[in-house]
Amino acid sequence: MSAAAPPATPAAVTAPLDHPAARALTGRHRFRWWEALPWLLAIGFYFTFPQYLGFGAELLTTILFALSLDLALGYAGIITLGHAAFFGTGAYAVGMLAYYNLWTEPITSVLLAALAAAVIGFASGLVLLRTKGLTLLMLTICIMALLQEGANMARAYTGGFDGLPGLSIAPVFGRFEFNPLYANTQYLYALGVLLVCFLFVRTLVYSPFGQSLTGIRENLLRMHAVGSPVRLRLVICYTISAAIAGIAGGLWAQTNAYVNLSAFDLDRAATVLIILILGGYGRLYGAFIGAVAYLALEHFLARVYPTAWQLGLGLLLVLIALFARNGILGLGDTLWRRLAPRRVAS
Amino acid sequence: MAAPGPKARRIVSEFRLETRGLSRNFGALKAVQQIDFKLGAGARHALIGPNGAGKTTFINLLTGVLSPTQGSVWLAGRDITAKAQAERVKLGIARTFQINRLFRGLSVLENVCIAVTERVGAAGSMIYPAGRRTDIIAESMQLLQTLKLGDVARRRVSELPYGRQRLVELAITIGLKPEVLLLDEPAAGVPSAESHIILDAIEGLPQTIAVLIIEHDMDVVFRFAKRVTVMVSGAIFAEGTPREIEANPEVRAVYLGQSFDQKAGHG
Repeated sequence: MSAAAPPATPAAVTAPLDHPAARALTGRHRFRWWEALPWLLAIGFYFTFPQYLGFGAELLTTILFALSLDLALGYAGIITLGHAAFFGTGAYAVGMLAYYNLWTEPITSVLLAALAAAVIGFASGLVLLRTKGLTLLMLTICIMALLQEGANMARAYTGGFDGLPGLSIAPVFGRFEFNPLYANTQYLYALGVLLVCFLFVRTLVYSPFGQSLTGIRENLLRMHAVGSPVRLRLVICYTISAAIAGIAGGLWAQTNAYVNLSAFDLDRAATVLIILILGGYGRLYGAFIGAVAYLALEHFLARVYPTAWQLGLGLLLVLIALFARNGILGLGDTLWRRLAPRRVAS
Repeated sequence: MAAPGPKARRIVSEFRLETRGLSRNFGALKAVQQIDFKLGAGARHALIGPNGAGKTTFINLLTGVLSPTQGSVWLAGRDITAKAQAERVKLGIARTFQINRLFRGLSVLENVCIAVTERVGAAGSMIYPAGRRTDIIAESMQLLQTLKLGDVARRRVSELPYGRQRLVELAITIGLKPEVLLLDEPAAGVPSAESHIILDAIEGLPQTIAVLIIEHDMDVVFRFAKRVTVMVSGAIFAEGTPREIEANPEVRAVYLGQSFDQKAGHG
């Protein structure tokens, strides 16, 4: 009855798997054609706007950071406002290694940043994830504030308030130099790192592990009652999410060639949360849409109302919270369902 | 390893689930007191009692949601008092909740798949797509079809009428293939026109599963149960066959009362 069915030939498919509900599940992890769009747009951007590649690299880094938050918040439902703790850890890991000339090879540096952030994520997760709701939210902010203050006080190593300027990063693959004036390398490098991380996160969320994270988000108590080791799963998820946020931080340090305390800012953690809510959480591409929308909005509104542009952002967030809980992507989803001819219930 | 002697507490038992002197206090309130309870293999056992008698607390002690103040819980002759809830599920104790606890935003099929995935131990796997585990999906789908939920398998749970949701609650626990199934008022809140769907499903459970059901509806109890335990104020008040309980004047006095006479009259 439960003999592992080979996943391939249509002839071996039994009747239950032909049901639309079953087919929705068996086909969910397959790539759709539109999933190529963001990457094609990113490559198009490279050729069309060579003068904005610095901004582009910043955008890609922000997307990666938002993606890491989506894994923890969107999929596992871990309410956090302190994700910059891991961004900052990654940034300072790369920054200190480069500043003191200990290690400047970019890809391995970023992996070390991931490791450092994962250690912090695991250690804090073991304690934090015993709580939930507002307590959890406050504790995530606390960890971030502690790390920021730690970086401020360890002036001898971190440069304190001034940070570590003028980082020299070795060329990517030993060939492609980071040029502060022409950000071509930074942009393509950030794009490559984002792609690898995205494929990893995508694989994860469509795996049985990802499915169980969704279960935890939807009903924690029920997950206990189906025999799931809930806290273990949450700690693993939080650690992976922290590692990816660390990679984003490392990327930020490398592409900007400096680190400072702003890496740990509450402002940064709040912005990435806003981005995720704006784009739509728990759906992978919300990070992309949200980051583009936020930065475009910031650019546009700041030009029209230089002094009060955040008022416009605030109003938009109110509208999203009232009418589009699932963000821009959720809104698109609803419209699509309204417009598409309704499928007759089988 | 199993050295015989006074320390070997393992007692071979025909009982699937057993409690010895199980008690739980909430401050001064003795919610459950000194309960010795036995559930045989394949049992169909009902637990009845007035509101606040401690029935749900008792279930919570059995499943490990609460830990007892005193006493022990045994599964197939093994002391599981120290085991956490999730571990007990792995050992074969599953339950439904008095109020639905479902993955409301997910499809009916996904709800069952999550449970089956946990049961077969695949839920920690991070690389292989869940969609390729066609064995899990097919098994879940078959279960839904036997419970006549096949037509709504793709719908979100939150879109279903309450009676159907109760059935999903049951499907999730059956997907865990338990040896002991604890049903906390499975038909609660279901319109009477729909409750037969749930009762049919419960009657259709494999005979090997030991079932304990908390239920207020006496029709259900007398139709389903082979034994009945009456709980009052946290203690066992009476135990016997449905006929014995029905005929017991004390039970009638404290619990069954007027409404019982009316209901018995119908049956």
